[in-house]
Amino acid sequence: MEIRKIKAQTVCDTVKKLFTDCNYFIGKDIMCALETARDNESSPVGKSVLSQIIENDKIAAREEVPLCQDTGMAVLFVEYGDRVVIEDGSFDEAVNEGVRRAYIDGYLRKSVVNDPVFDRINTKDNTPAIIHTKIVSGNHIKITAGGKGFGSENMSQIKMLTPSKGIEGVKQFILDTVFQAGPNPCPPMVVGVGIGGTFERAAQLAKKATFRPIDSKNEDERYAQLEDELLTEINKMGFGPAGLGGNTTAIGVNIETSPTHIAGMPVAVNICCHAARHASATI
Amino acid sequence: MEKKITLPITDEDIKNLKAGDSVLLSGSIITGRDAAHKRLYELIRKGEKLPVDIKGELIYYVGPAPAKPGYAVGPAGPTSSYRMDKYAPSLLDLGLKGMIGKGARNKEVVDAIVRNKGVYLVAIGGAAALIAKSIKSEEILCYEDLGTEAVRRYEVEDFPCIVAIDSNGNNVYETEPPKYRKS
Repeated sequence: MEIRKIKAQTVCDTVKKLFTDCNYFIGKDIMCALETARDNESSPVGKSVLSQIIENDKIAAREEVPLCQDTGMAVLFVEYGDRVVIEDGSFDEAVNEGVRRAYIDGYLRKSVVNDPVFDRINTKDNTPAIIHTKIVSGNHIKITAGGKGFGSENMSQIKMLTPSKGIEGVKQFILDTVFQAGPNPCPPMVVGVGIGGTFERAAQLAKKATFRPIDSKNEDERYAQLEDELLTEINKMGFGPAGLGGNTTAIGVNIETSPTHIAGMPVAVNICCHAARHASATI
Repeated sequence: MEKKITLPITDEDIKNLKAGDSVLLSGSIITGRDAAHKRLYELIRKGEKLPVDIKGELIYYVGPAPAKPGYAVGPAGPTSSYRMDKYAPSLLDLGLKGMIGKGARNKEVVDAIVRNKGVYLVAIGGAAALIAKSIKSEEILCYEDLGTEAVRRYEVEDFPCIVAIDSNGNNVYETEPPKYRKS
């Protein structure tokens, strides 16, 4: 396969559009789930909350404004073809420039501080982005991008379970995490679960799971069933839309897995709000 | 049935609000979230004067997105309130009438609400573009260097919220989910 040259500007423009798009336009999968939930919600308050969320998301799309003021920290999953060379710049700089342009030119909120503990000074352009890069064979770059709000991010947890805990231990930890999150992460939530790998791989998979459309299923039938079972259990918790009571606490549970060590069974739960924003493009 | 309240909110208004009531606020509110609360709290601890008079006010926990040209404000939905739990009791003790946010509060905040006859209102998290329609103008009062976290004054008209914790300490986050919980 021939080496392919891609201009840094093309990467920048693509990233910019992904971030403005995902912040203005809610995904069809989410809108469809919200409408179904509104029709099935037994709490009158919950029904009203869901109607207002749907109306909000329609206003945002129509007026091309962010659907939530927390336009998130910029997270990207990149599949980078090993036959691609970036022209006139570096990939990392081009991605961050795309984020900068999206957040400044697109009227998105700048929510990133330069240092987590001491300085906490806003970088004023929402950079740096969190970039997860996987080198794949080929001559294309596939980017899946999303703005991750921290109301829900703060409710996420990871645990290094041991193999003897089994499937029951996995379920219990996921349900405990969602229960502790309760009304805080803007329910109805999307729950991303990463199981296996190492400490950091489990967390990364959990984030990746929140970027998967909620009308899709894990390819392994056993995990697909677990996704369904967990969603049913979560919706028995009663938190409901906005946590004000009801039977729609989550609209999706997505699980991603990885091979792991003989001694371990890491489980990470990344909580996402109902504004589960993500968009993809291939260059 | 929604209760319409013209701000500033009175003690009588607050007394009549019950947990679960839907409310439409009109008038002026102030805003503040994590970083502004930290600064205000440090001034209170040192016994210094605050750069904004909080007496009689409702504070909205929000960090808005920037306004597009032609808009009074950008999308401006509530942020999670529990992060302000450390600071809220001190502000209530100094005369703040209530908070607007989203999500549960700890016992210290509930106690401070009851002690001061205040109120905790919630707006719908993630309904920022819709909520912004009820905010007619904004002015920065202090801490402009904090960007989105600066303290602002909003003029609002029929700003929609729900009473989450009333002045008697009744709390929808305690009472409502159990009604829908299935074991």
